Amino acid sequence: MTVLRRYHAAVWDEPLVMELSVEGRRGFVAPEVEPEVSARVGDADSLLPGALRRAEQPALPELSEPDVLRHYLHLSQETLGMMGVSLFGTCTMKYNPRIGEAFAARPELAEVHPYQDEETLQGVLQLVYELDEILRAVSGLDRFVFQAGGGAHAAYTFACIARAYHADRGELARRDEVITTIQAHPCNAATASAAGFKVVTLMLEENGYPSTDALRAAVSDRTAALMVNNPDDMGIYNPELDRWVEIVHDAGGLCFYDHANFNGVMSKLRARDLGFDACMYMLHKTFGVPKGGGGPAVGAFGCTEDLARFLPRPVVVRDGDRYGLDDDRPESIGKVREFWGNVQQVVKAWAWARAMGADGIREASDLSVLANNYMETRLVQIPGVTRSHPQVDGYRLEMTRYSLGKVQEDTGVTVFDIQNRMADYGIDAPWLSHEPWLVPEPITPEAGEMWSKEDIDYWIDVLEQVVREAYDDPELVRSAPHNQVVHKLADVPLDDPTVWATTWRAYLRKRAGAAAPV
Amino acid sequence: MRTTAHPYMANSVPAIKQEMLDAIGASDVEQLFAQIPERHRLRGDLPLPPALTSEIALHRELRQTLARNETCEENLSFLGAGCWQHHVPAVCDEVVRRSEFVTPVWGTPSSDYGRNQAWFEFCSQLGELLALDFVGLPVYSWGCAAGHAIRMASRMTERRQALVPRSLDPERLAVIRTFCEPRETASHLDLRFVDFDPETGRIDLDDLASKLGDETAAVYFEVPSYLGTIEADAAEIVRLAHEHGAESIAGVDPISLGVLSPPGEYGADIAVGTIQPLGVHMSCGGGAGGFIASRDDERYAREYPTLNLSICDTVVPGERGFGITLFHQTSYGLREDGNDWTGNSTYLWSIAAATYMSLLGPRGFEELGELIVRRSHYAAALLDDLDGVRVVFPNGFFKEFVVNFDDTGKTVADVNRALRTRRIFGGKDLSRDFPELGASALYCVTEVHTKDDIDRLAGALQEVIAE
Repeated sequence: MTVLRRYHAAVWDEPLVMELSVEGRRGFVAPEVEPEVSARVGDADSLLPGALRRAEQPALPELSEPDVLRHYLHLSQETLGMMGVSLFGTCTMKYNPRIGEAFAARPELAEVHPYQDEETLQGVLQLVYELDEILRAVSGLDRFVFQAGGGAHAAYTFACIARAYHADRGELARRDEVITTIQAHPCNAATASAAGFKVVTLMLEENGYPSTDALRAAVSDRTAALMVNNPDDMGIYNPELDRWVEIVHDAGGLCFYDHANFNGVMSKLRARDLGFDACMYMLHKTFGVPKGGGGPAVGAFGCTEDLARFLPRPVVVRDGDRYGLDDDRPESIGKVREFWGNVQQVVKAWAWARAMGADGIREASDLSVLANNYMETRLVQIPGVTRSHPQVDGYRLEMTRYSLGKVQEDTGVTVFDIQNRMADYGIDAPWLSHEPWLVPEPITPEAGEMWSKEDIDYWIDVLEQVVREAYDDPELVRSAPHNQVVHKLADVPLDDPTVWATTWRAYLRKRAGAAAPV
Repeated sequence: MRTTAHPYMANSVPAIKQEMLDAIGASDVEQLFAQIPERHRLRGDLPLPPALTSEIALHRELRQTLARNETCEENLSFLGAGCWQHHVPAVCDEVVRRSEFVTPVWGTPSSDYGRNQAWFEFCSQLGELLALDFVGLPVYSWGCAAGHAIRMASRMTERRQALVPRSLDPERLAVIRTFCEPRETASHLDLRFVDFDPETGRIDLDDLASKLGDETAAVYFEVPSYLGTIEADAAEIVRLAHEHGAESIAGVDPISLGVLSPPGEYGADIAVGTIQPLGVHMSCGGGAGGFIASRDDERYAREYPTLNLSICDTVVPGERGFGITLFHQTSYGLREDGNDWTGNSTYLWSIAAATYMSLLGPRGFEELGELIVRRSHYAAALLDDLDGVRVVFPNGFFKEFVVNFDDTGKTVADVNRALRTRRIFGGKDLSRDFPELGASALYCVTEVHTKDDIDRLAGALQEVIAE
């Protein structure tokens, strides 16, 4: 076994920025108003309606510029932020090539406005169009748009398109159900509901996925759509999925492939070939775009030509070597967000896809599945660690769900404790599971293609060490973290309105007199 | 077949692959995909363009392609309309490019401590600008924030109609419409439009009063409005809404709040808006970001679809932490029974905005706001002086104003085409969306526009209309 790193997080005891304020300090000054401007229009008071003139200045902090910089740099250092090893399952932690960051910062991308004349946006329109073409090749579908600001937003885009499709056929009032599975990401159920559908959720059966009979029983003339992922977060693949699509199509519904878990199957299968009408890729997961701690992200939404008329507008089109925006789309669902999407992230995904090429994408898929199965050979040897659905034999795809239920039973140590203790060794917390938990004390690591075998071994070594600690000295794990920026949160009822404080002003009001560190 | 390791993939070395295959007892990688039936499999290579694996080649390709863009730096741009050219302080860029903020997703409250503190500082400072105590973590955009807020109000009041101004940005309106379900669905939401006064551009209070009723869930209005004007009667709009049991939702541009009254002061129940002006580049619209805030009242808090972060204690006395509050009511907690949905959003931009608000401070926002108001009015005055050019709502706007070209005999498209040859991007054309305003355009002037820039615009326009 390797020697674990002597990691300790940076601790700055950094006060809140509001607490660093000294009256009169400045981090910014505005340029002087030119005398001609002043002479022509007078002062601001004379130009604004008095009733709406701010009377009292906001209680913002007053700091000098270097102090603001150092404050936020301290906060960045007090964030582990993938500087160690993060195998956060379902999120596909992979390398975000810095060439994408470098180009996003250039004025050719950062300082362009979406309403500029198309002639002045030819470069960015070309890259958006070319990524559309790349994703068409990857999926077999006919058209992609990038307006959705994340995967859930792309699922919502689908639900809105399903709504428009059935309304167009005069069937929306009757077709009010969307079918999904308990292992599909909660956003599928939630966005279907937000778009106005009732949600029918299929539960898992023996094989680790819902049976085709259960789907048949759920489908009816009320079925508007099916929204599913495959493989699921346990690494189990539903081999009947093409049959499912046929069943839903036969009933008049549409089928949406949530490709949240695409890393293990990219280049191995295509949504179109399985019969799907639409799919979604998260560019901030599978296509190398950074996550930013939760966006800006992109849910690339693709569909068949038949549904393309409903796509949110505008759509980027090509005419010879000129690119344009087609905004005149009368059947479009309209917009799910302003403008055409997080364009700088689309460019980063283009760069990633071009750097990888067809070979690289296939290899990334191979390596992510290989690394996951390699992990399993070591993980199942750790006492107390079991694989979900042990009765399902064979290799899993790019991630596997494990249960630490036995560790909890034997020692009282929970997966939350284990997350906290792993962070003491420089490991970003592993993902557990979406609600509801289907196995006790779940963890879901996903190796991906970026992390070296040494990194993966280190991650496993740490889990092994932490489980050993749980058996030898459970209190050490339960009271973790010990090498982090701060200790674990107190068990306070944060859902209590007298306790929660999402702003400093609310906090000061609720705990009057507690302005000094608590 | 690749013979060298790929720079992004440490395990693409053949010996490492073999080592892992040996460990799992598989002879080749193909065996690992046995779960996928053959009839699902794609065989053969993806038909993709040739790989640019060397960064040198990739850099060249990107540089040459993006060189086909023209920028608002080399041109003088007066475009705004939901995406604005404000100065982005260099410190904001330095902070949001830190790897610890750029690359991760979630850790623990301890390992994410610094980022959580930055998020809390975003909410806290925005709360000061808005004079509101409850601020959620950001959403995709202003339009999405408005859509969510209208749905919040509908759930709270159990009513299914929202009143919005006729002057609303068509782009934002299209987003809000998507949030309002169509008639066929059980939870349909109806949008009705309140006229604006043709003289002032402000909401017509008589029309508002006549349209308010016991069906009204919310009155949504904006300060400043899309057409740039300022609702001097904001408090009256709120009062009228409350009189009918409706929620009032104010849409605001926070960069205006050094000089304009905060929504908390005129009594708005919910405030929404953009965060892009607060230190985020336009990026062709990719800088969009939105927020939802309200009074810190349980009735509102329980309807948020966002993730929300609270300051709290750790197990060690005197130590501070940050934890997610009201998680259970989100779609992560309740799937289809949660409030709308939540997911990836624009969290990185909240750190840019936190940095921006810390840099500006109270005096910075006031100075910046006054500068923008004075320069934009200077621009309006100069343009209004031109023959045939008229500023439609000449008094009381923030950074945007409507310029009409009817009496020049030219369309906005004509004018903008001619301006572009002079390296000027004219204002957003309003003539299709607001036919009643004739050949009009929305001009935006911010702190980046000097007097000389504005003089240059006026000179160019004078030439253009004489052509």
